Amino acid sequence: MYPPPFDYQAPDSLEEALAILAEHGYEAKALAGGQSLIPLLKLRFAAPAVLVDLGRIPGLDGVEAADGELRIGALARHNQLAASPLVAERCPAASAAAPQIADPLVRNLGTLGGSLAHADPAGDWGSVMIACGAQLVLASAGGRRTVPATEFFRGVFDTALEPTELLTEVRIPSPRGPAGGTYLKLERKVGDFATVGVAVSLELDGAGRIARAGIGLTAVGPQNLRAAAAEEALAGAEPTAEAFAEAGRLAAGGCEPASDVRGSAEYKRHVVEVYVRRGLARALEIARRS
Amino acid sequence: MEITVTVNGTAETRDVEPRLLLVHFLRDVLGLTGTHVGCDTTGCGACTVLLDGAPIKSCTLLAVQADGRAVTTVEGLIENGQLHPIQEAFKEEHGLQCGFCTPGMMLVAKALIESNPDPSEEEVRWAISGNVCRCTGYTNIVKACRRAAAQIRQAEVAS
Amino acid sequence: MSEGTRICGIGHSVKRKEDDRFIRGRGRYVEDVNLPRMLHMALLRSPLAHARINAIDASAAQAHPGVVAVVTGKDLEAHKLAWMPTLSGDTQAVLATDKVRFQGQEVAAVIAEDPYVARDALELIAVDYDPLPAVVDPFQALAPEAPLIRDEKEGQADNCCYRWQAGDKEATDRAFAAAEVVVKLKTHYPRCHPAPLETCGCVADVDPATGKATIYMTSQAPHAHRTLFALVAGLPEHNIQIISPDVGGGFGNKVPIYPGYVVATAASLLLGRPVKWIESRTENLISTGFARDYHMEGELALDRDGTMRAVRVKLTSDNGAFFADAQPTKFKAGLFHIVTGSYDLKAAHVEATGAYTNKAPGGVAYRCSFRVTEASFLIERLVQNAAYELGMDPAELRRKNFIRADQFPYRSATGFVYDSGDYHRALDLALDKVGYAALREEQERLRREGGDKLLGIGIASFTEVVGAGPAKDYDIAGLKMFDSAELRVHPTGKAILKIGVQTQGQGHETTFAQIVAGELGIPPEDVLVQHGDTDNTPYGLGTYASRSTPTAGAATAVVARKLRDKGRKIAAHLLEAAEEDLEWHEDRFRVKGVPEKSVTIQDVAFAAYTNPPEGLEAGLEGVHYYDPPNMTYPFGSYVVAVEVDRGTGEWKVRRMVAVDDCGVRINPMIVEGQIHGGLTEGYGIAAMELITFDEDGNCIGSSFMDYLLPTAWETPKFETYATVTPSPHHPIGAKGVGESATVGSPAAYVNAVIDALAHLGVRNIDMPVTSAKVWEALQRAGV
Ligand SMILES: Cc1cc2nc3c(=O)[nH]c(=O)nc-3n(C[C@H](O)[C@H](O)[C@H](O)COP(=O)(O)OP(=O)(O)OC[C@H]3O[C@@H](n4cnc5c(N)ncnc54)[C@H](O)[C@@H]3O)c2cc1C
Ligand code: FES
Ligand code: FES
Repeated sequence: MYPPPFDYQAPDSLEEALAILAEHGYEAKALAGGQSLIPLLKLRFAAPAVLVDLGRIPGLDGVEAADGELRIGALARHNQLAASPLVAERCPAASAAAPQIADPLVRNLGTLGGSLAHADPAGDWGSVMIACGAQLVLASAGGRRTVPATEFFRGVFDTALEPTELLTEVRIPSPRGPAGGTYLKLERKVGDFATVGVAVSLELDGAGRIARAGIGLTAVGPQNLRAAAAEEALAGAEPTAEAFAEAGRLAAGGCEPASDVRGSAEYKRHVVEVYVRRGLARALEIARRS
Repeated sequence: MEITVTVNGTAETRDVEPRLLLVHFLRDVLGLTGTHVGCDTTGCGACTVLLDGAPIKSCTLLAVQADGRAVTTVEGLIENGQLHPIQEAFKEEHGLQCGFCTPGMMLVAKALIESNPDPSEEEVRWAISGNVCRCTGYTNIVKACRRAAAQIRQAEVAS
Repeated sequence: MSEGTRICGIGHSVKRKEDDRFIRGRGRYVEDVNLPRMLHMALLRSPLAHARINAIDASAAQAHPGVVAVVTGKDLEAHKLAWMPTLSGDTQAVLATDKVRFQGQEVAAVIAEDPYVARDALELIAVDYDPLPAVVDPFQALAPEAPLIRDEKEGQADNCCYRWQAGDKEATDRAFAAAEVVVKLKTHYPRCHPAPLETCGCVADVDPATGKATIYMTSQAPHAHRTLFALVAGLPEHNIQIISPDVGGGFGNKVPIYPGYVVATAASLLLGRPVKWIESRTENLISTGFARDYHMEGELALDRDGTMRAVRVKLTSDNGAFFADAQPTKFKAGLFHIVTGSYDLKAAHVEATGAYTNKAPGGVAYRCSFRVTEASFLIERLVQNAAYELGMDPAELRRKNFIRADQFPYRSATGFVYDSGDYHRALDLALDKVGYAALREEQERLRREGGDKLLGIGIASFTEVVGAGPAKDYDIAGLKMFDSAELRVHPTGKAILKIGVQTQGQGHETTFAQIVAGELGIPPEDVLVQHGDTDNTPYGLGTYASRSTPTAGAATAVVARKLRDKGRKIAAHLLEAAEEDLEWHEDRFRVKGVPEKSVTIQDVAFAAYTNPPEGLEAGLEGVHYYDPPNMTYPFGSYVVAVEVDRGTGEWKVRRMVAVDDCGVRINPMIVEGQIHGGLTEGYGIAAMELITFDEDGNCIGSSFMDYLLPTAWETPKFETYATVTPSPHHPIGAKGVGESATVGSPAAYVNAVIDALAHLGVRNIDMPVTSAKVWEALQRAGV
């Protein structure tokens, strides 16, 4: 399997990268970890004229806590996030998801930003970002804007990104009260994309009630989905088994899975229901310990 | 485009097409055929090499991305004419049959042991879960990795 | 250390000789072969499953810089090479001329200076197709109104590619009519793929000066391939050399001849330059030898007390567009009639029908001896369901019906003569090791508690038939299935052994040296084993169907014994004693009663060249072609315990205890390794490996993203044990073991999952047993 020919540019600053994108528009593609793009090139499903390698731009892979947010650079690798104590502390859902993405070797190269920009409906990061209420920072030669994760995904492999824009950073608000989160993924083997994935983030208030619940769903729609009805039903509720079961039912009702070799739509809905229930219970455990 | 990649300690400078995959750079340009290709979709790990010490799939990295970086292949495991303890352990424990996955497996083992000198069976299985072996059923590969780790620990205590 | 351990013959876990090159990255696989002025070939494949080809325009590809030639079926037709024979006596298109008959079929080839350029040029070939309706279901294919797939084949009016039966129909029907209990199971053993980690490929190098064709090829059967090449291409056989260098796994996938080999060779002949063709993984999965795809309806007749009477099977095989099964000529459904398994059944009948469909051809035995796997799966699943029907313990039902140790040699209802076995011993050992009673108790407890976790215990007590075969019954494409060994002992006592079989990782270079060591006392490190090069080894049918040890292994033992007999004459001469006064001891001849008066095999070898007795031909070498008197019948019992998550249908193996009996173990370490590998592939088949098609004949399972292989993480932890029941007719009592575990284990895994759900009424889930299917079965059971 051999990629088609292209021009290769390896800018060493963000400005330069954005300028190249501005010049080439749709003809150009950013290259981050390459773990989605290079397979596509090899299968000749993609044939950009220019590849803009982001790998030589310093400072795009940081993980830091500032202003009540966890800030993760777009070039942070999956493995880096899996190993980060800061991520574990501030965003357990991300910490749980990272080691379940792809396999250990792919995780050494694949990046958070590349994953989000690629917008595979079976990608795991999108659901985590939705569940955690993340804001995505998009930059272009003309400036920057911030888009909430819930509005970033537009469909299969489609996002709010303009061809001249780069995703530079993800900002996850840090919880104020006791909080927990997790990511449950049904996969057929290591390295497989999700048959179903559920990201859960739970924040309790002083009285032990649910202050905020975030639920993101993987592989059960044209894009990573927010289980809005379930989230709303949980907000302000007591964190009981019944409430979690009801949230599971609402989430299952709200998703749009397709039948395929992995299982029927019905089955996937059922797994959403079970995983939302189990995920919330696990998040509660973590929140009560924190 | 001219690139310089340090392969097994030697700086190799070549003029390559940007689309050349690292695995083909190693195999066809440098003649290091110990790195294999087993799939098209980054799913088998037969092509595993170490990039600045971390295991990656060389079929999913452009050679130009490796410019200025260090790559270790199976051919680089031997040091001063001595087999690496991982190589010896794979033979001792019958950790290979057809040998096609073996270079990748050994390189993952090397990186694992460097970061975790005493990996458990579960940790080894997890670490090699990006590398497929069709022959061995992994049992003896796991044993080989743990044997090598023990050997390396012992050598360190001794020295 | 005794001499026995010094010499390391039979029974020693000698470290493998071949490893030294592999651990250094110095293996030499086909893709590693690079020759001066070598060109690279890429194949254009059909995107459609069934279509007429109106025209192919290759002019743009031809004109692309770096492209040397484009070859189409028309070009091959001119040389009578557009079609080739298959191993099952059918024909197969090399490059399609009239129609394409499966997605991924070879349509044209680009030969270029560089593999990247060859791939670029594929996109420049324009093929004008007229789509035809695709036939993807074998039952629809066999229906009268189905579109005809093989319209080019004379006398072929439908999509039936064979009808075949075995056993005694009348006796079987009688037994069923009289049966107190009949248990039925309808199941599909799905299409899967051997998917060795190395794909197929070749480097063809036809020397324009001498006409000699040297072909480096991923081949499990280089000699047979050479003969077929000679027949297909009309090349003189002595001018063809097939070299199968290191092979990165085979599992049956590298038994057939593929169009790529033929086109690359033709291109090299035409262009006078070496041509390399290495298929991609997708090409490997969509076009080369798949396995199984048997739709089986099995029935078991029993008495109410559990006595098994008869088995009856109707099977429909999906053979794809060309009948290209790799199996002995007489047996259209391979050795499926071993379906009586380990049980003393008085009657059996198998009726098989093969269907052409618009799918890839193949039907190779994926780590299996010619359809034994499907048979073993069916009977072991039937027996478990019978146990539920009768309210008996599945282990007990097996014990009650096993062929007893004192019944061997045992003639089965379908005519096999089982050489040896002790099935009770193997099962008892497995049950003991797994702690069967305790598991059954835990199962009950979990059921009572009613939580999400369920436990299931599955057993499979398989019997295989391997080592084809007696030449009177077994041939492939007319070539009799004997095998060979040639042994040369050099003056200094070092030896070269040349064998007609070919390793793909099984360790022949070590085990075969051990056989020589066991017979002649030359230590394995002093025996170089050569294989895989037709110029350099005696004729043989190759390595598959676990036949190396039963055939070439026996040939090795026999040829070594021939040399020992000659050695005895030389020793008598050296010791100035009568031949009958000498005794053989490990590595030397001793004068009986005077053990210190002895000569070693090395002394003998030296004398064979420097001081042979008068009248005796000099030298110490020989060759033997071994025609086995019978097949061998390895067996074993596997017990699996699984945990099933009732909430999601996920299941996980908790225990996997495997007891294998492959007769005498030449190298126990290597035997264990073979079993580990087979248990893993068996697990893959049971849990995840699947090639399927949509209604248009598009292949689903065309890359490792869909064709799933177990990693170290999912693979169960195996607990392996052995019993040893030697084969009475094999020179060293060995039986062959490469495939036992793939044959036996799928039923054990599936039985375990079914067993977890049996109390809910679940009786079948077809493989692969995915979590979705488990959940659906629970839904159907009303849970
Ligand atoms: C075998 C295998 C298994 C996998 N399994 C999973 C899985 O289970 N779950 C999962 O989520 N993913 C999985 N992946 C995908 C993996 O996580 C990729 O790393 C990820 O999808 C893409 O990240 P990347 O950095 O490699 O991006 P690249 O491949 O470099 O780029 C992907 C796309 O994003 C664009 N892009 C990259 N970075 C930016 C940026 N900063 N701004 C704008 N556009 C950008 C590129 O132009 C390209 O279109 C798997 C991949 C493989 C090969
Ligand atoms: S060749 Fe399979 S992962 Fe690289
Ligand atoms: S030894 Fe053959 S693939 Fe691992």
